[in-house]
Amino acid sequence: MAECGRVDSNTSGHTMDKSITLPPDEIFRNLENAKRFAIDIGGSLTKLAYYSTVQHKVAKVRSFDHSTKEAASDKLYEIAVQEEVTARLHFIKFENAYIETCLDFIKDHLVNTETKVIKATGGGAHKFKELIERKLGLKVDKEDEMTCLIKGCNFVLKNIPHEAFVYARHADSEFRFQTTNPDIFPYLLVNIGSGVSIVKVESEDKFERIGGSSIGGGTFWGLGALLTKTKRFDELLQLASKGQHSSVDMLVKDIYGGSYACLGLTGDLIASSFGKSATADKEFSKEDMAKSLLHMISNDIGQLACLYAKLHNLSRVYFGGFFIRGHPVTMHTITYSINFFTKGEVQALFLRHEGYLGAIGAFLKGAEEDNPNQYSWGENYAGSSGLMSVSPDMNPMQRARSGTFDMLEMDRLERQLVNLPLLQDASSYIPDTVDLTEDAQAREYWLYCFEEALDGVVKRAVASQPDIPEAAERAEKFRQKYRHKLQTLRHQPFAYGSLTVRSLLDTREHCLNEFNFPDPYSKIKERENDVALKYYQKAVKSLDELSWEDRQFAIVKGVLAGNVFDWGAKAVSEVLESNPEFGFEEAKRRLEERPWLVDSFDQWLERLKGPPHRCALFFVDNSGVDIILGVMPFVRELLSRGTEVVLASNSGPALNDVTNSELQILTERIAAMDPVIKSALREDRLTLVQSGSSSPCLDLSRLDKVLAMVVRERQTDLVIIEGMGRAIHTNYYAMLSCESLKMAVIKNSWLADRLGGKLFSVVFKYEVPAGKAH
Amino acid sequence: MAFNGRQQDGDVEEDETPSKLPRCNKEMPAGRSSNEPQNEAAASAGRAASERRSSNSTARLRKDSVKKTRPPFPWFGMDIGGTLVKLVYFEPKDITAEEEQEEVENLKSIRRYLTSNTAYGTTGIRDVHLELQDLTLCGRTGNLHFIRFPTHDLPAFLQMGRNKHFSSLHTTLCATGGGAFKFESDFLTMADLELHKLDELDCLVRGVLYIDSVMSSGPLECYYFENPTDPDQCAEKPYALENPYPLLLVNIGSGVSILAVYSENNYKRVTGTSLGGGTFLGLCCLLTGCSTFEEALEMASQGESTRVDKLVRDIYGGDYERFGLPGWAVASSFGNMMSKEKRESVSKEDLARATLVTITNNIGSITRMCALNENIERVVFVGNFLRVNTLSMKLLAYAMDYWSKGQLKALFLRHEGYFGAVGALLELLHPS
Repeated sequence: MAECGRVDSNTSGHTMDKSITLPPDEIFRNLENAKRFAIDIGGSLTKLAYYSTVQHKVAKVRSFDHSTKEAASDKLYEIAVQEEVTARLHFIKFENAYIETCLDFIKDHLVNTETKVIKATGGGAHKFKELIERKLGLKVDKEDEMTCLIKGCNFVLKNIPHEAFVYARHADSEFRFQTTNPDIFPYLLVNIGSGVSIVKVESEDKFERIGGSSIGGGTFWGLGALLTKTKRFDELLQLASKGQHSSVDMLVKDIYGGSYACLGLTGDLIASSFGKSATADKEFSKEDMAKSLLHMISNDIGQLACLYAKLHNLSRVYFGGFFIRGHPVTMHTITYSINFFTKGEVQALFLRHEGYLGAIGAFLKGAEEDNPNQYSWGENYAGSSGLMSVSPDMNPMQRARSGTFDMLEMDRLERQLVNLPLLQDASSYIPDTVDLTEDAQAREYWLYCFEEALDGVVKRAVASQPDIPEAAERAEKFRQKYRHKLQTLRHQPFAYGSLTVRSLLDTREHCLNEFNFPDPYSKIKERENDVALKYYQKAVKSLDELSWEDRQFAIVKGVLAGNVFDWGAKAVSEVLESNPEFGFEEAKRRLEERPWLVDSFDQWLERLKGPPHRCALFFVDNSGVDIILGVMPFVRELLSRGTEVVLASNSGPALNDVTNSELQILTERIAAMDPVIKSALREDRLTLVQSGSSSPCLDLSRLDKVLAMVVRERQTDLVIIEGMGRAIHTNYYAMLSCESLKMAVIKNSWLADRLGGKLFSVVFKYEVPAGKAH
Repeated sequence: MAFNGRQQDGDVEEDETPSKLPRCNKEMPAGRSSNEPQNEAAASAGRAASERRSSNSTARLRKDSVKKTRPPFPWFGMDIGGTLVKLVYFEPKDITAEEEQEEVENLKSIRRYLTSNTAYGTTGIRDVHLELQDLTLCGRTGNLHFIRFPTHDLPAFLQMGRNKHFSSLHTTLCATGGGAFKFESDFLTMADLELHKLDELDCLVRGVLYIDSVMSSGPLECYYFENPTDPDQCAEKPYALENPYPLLLVNIGSGVSILAVYSENNYKRVTGTSLGGGTFLGLCCLLTGCSTFEEALEMASQGESTRVDKLVRDIYGGDYERFGLPGWAVASSFGNMMSKEKRESVSKEDLARATLVTITNNIGSITRMCALNENIERVVFVGNFLRVNTLSMKLLAYAMDYWSKGQLKALFLRHEGYFGAVGALLELLHPS
């Protein structure tokens, strides 16, 4: 059934609790500019959605006007902090008991008066229609529940990496997140509300309810309440998780004395649910009956889902609805059932934001004129609560009615993100090298590492805004927020999908942005760029003096030495801070001698003796020495060989990584000194593109659409990825359909240890896809 | 049985064919001269062509050999399920004076005990209305009796076997069902009886096909409901199950097994569900305090499930047209019971009815999906859940017809739950 569990007032009719434990302004954020409200009222939870704009500070780098250049000679470029307005979607989930309080709060804080309508869906929408209209003065516009659900599902599958997961209760990590498949259709959505609806979704607009069942969450709840005299759904689940179904169910072994071997039915399988309770003279415990009921319903739904999946030849089956919603117990029994009935051929998939689908869909219906589907969106880790933030199963102390609010925030990205066309197999591409959700030892280390580094980050954030007195206060708030995130991740590493070094870094960036520290490294980057530029000509000249073969090696060594300059890595930032004179030459000396930890330099050199590449796509890393003295000479050599070069840099700031706007200025400055670069720029043989990312790591499945276009147009046949964040933490195992070169210096002794190397070990990984050797 | 099955190995089965059903068919039909070739052909109408070709001389030869290998009386077939034990007993009516004299006292007493009573102990019952008279089995003519008792009374049955010195008869007791395995040692220790254990699905298929074939002359074994979607016009009609393959066979006992039968010897268990007759009775006992199937059915017949279930119209006020769901369809079984007020207002009868409707409809929808997946249009429902349960049969007939838009036909058999036991008896007479 479509209906997500509408419940009569007396079932959920606990006394209206008007207290909200969190300050409401931290829940209903950015209400001043809010518009396009949507609400999804289910049996016990309300989900509110609205679109708003966020004003936050961004660091803009601007080249000085040429006319005033002389006056500002000691500055490389101008760093201006500007206010920028970006679009953000807010989704808030709370207990129905708080509806009235929440509506009052919204009314009091709503400034925008253009809004006339609120889109509503969910079984409870009509029950609260009058209340909403009265409180908010908005017209309630009902939307079909199933349509909203599907729209929401498509949206999260497309826009949120690691949205879907497989649940395995006894595995090392309970949640195994699925990589984002660019092609999300077709799929089956099994929505388990009070009944079950089975929907086949074939495209954005085409879906069909192909079946369903009346045995669903309402059956568990209703029958469970009759059998156990337990009224609340959550309590029934709690009972079930403590029970033994074998005292109520008739198992195969109860009939056979053992297994039914020739059919392959093991003795523990249920032959007849409640088969043992067919007697008047025996008492059964509540727990056992609840457990038996849970198995009966989960198995039945799983079986039907499998039969429908088989009939329609579908292998992706997502489960949602209040029966599933964040309950490990039901996810486990459904998974078990699906595994049993399909012998592992079909996996039961669940969604992190399953509870929000209806609200997201209703919102999208109302926002059609804004074309939300035209943009790419990103989950904001700073503003989102994460999976199971309010699950009573996860936090037994925290009853579902504690007034905890769950939030999801999504930022509209400026750029539309797509796959790198050069991925060998986009559907199996996994950016991250180590999944910390599965690797407890690595998780332990990195969480510790990020916690240790927090003081330094706070210090740098304050230092980046010396003229703003309240910066210290904001930095402190940042510290609290990020520390809290780390603590959450320690207990629930699955909160935002697979935990990775990348997600830890990105979360930190999101938190910094949240407290208006858009670019704490701006000044450091500027200073370093300035110093490095002064050495550029000298560096190039000394390279030019070398023989061809020596030069190739020196160029590679230059990139590696440049990469040692990295404020993001703890070991290096200590050296840099204690000894600012730590120079390029010193870095070269510190590099590991060949043979390197991963060393395919000889193959690379051989390759260079062959015909030039048509076009190289170079993902760059740090500003300063790295980009100017390491990368640029490399680029220059490629250009000289007749290879076009596309330099991809971050769209927004992250650590000391060079941003696209900084790189524009740097390249201009280098071009002024270097005719090779100058002519390449003029002839469009050297192109600068933005990656679409603001992360120190690199997700090749979410890149700027323009970049993908350029890569295709130029028939790119070489991809170069530089730096620890982009080539080790991510993409170390990425398989490309063209030649690739991954270069990094390992600046973390723990990681070096893990990889079997030591501090400043070198990874130089040159790969040619099978069948493409020259 | 709840779960997925296997594919019967066709090759092996092929070799066993001659000793299986056809031979019985040829000899059986009541009121017919069993060695007349034209009758033989008629009896096997619809069987595989190769079997029809068997010559007269082979048939006669076989008959002689049958006499020699014919097992001694008594002839029993037994099916020990999770809830009920089903027993079929062949009572020979063509006993000669000579035989009568030779017959040992024990055998006589067993025959008399079984045939002169219709109830045994407090729980054993002989379904007199199902008795098949003047049946010819292995050249003997007699009546086939159908007896059942609860599995939990098996010890009493064994005690009786011991008291009547059953073991002195040196008979083979062919038994199927899970209990044949579970209670094998009890048979040995309590009654000194050695069981010949048989696979329950083999027996089921064999039994169904046999009973259907011997009933082809008299009142038909198979029937269906005409106009299943119109309660006023709905009526039981005989159905000639000629050329029965492929066929979906749904056996509803304590649990449910669904078989796809492609020929006598080629079938597979498609799937099963644990929501079966045992679930109906188990839940009814818990919800209403009743203790027997009959009681539960009686209550169900007086209840109203719509007070318990949440219907589509309870949610949408009418049909959910967007998805073609009629307002009367159940949206959530027991869905109204989420509300305390409604829990307090329903009767035990309503709860029993809702349980029956829930279990039945669920079997219907799983069956329908299997029929679609297997591409089979005829469904035969058997098993003791359907005994005296016209409510469920009509519901199944309705569900098959309505949701398949007339594509699927639900068929029922009069001997509902006894096919496994019949199959076991056939195994005694014609070991495969």
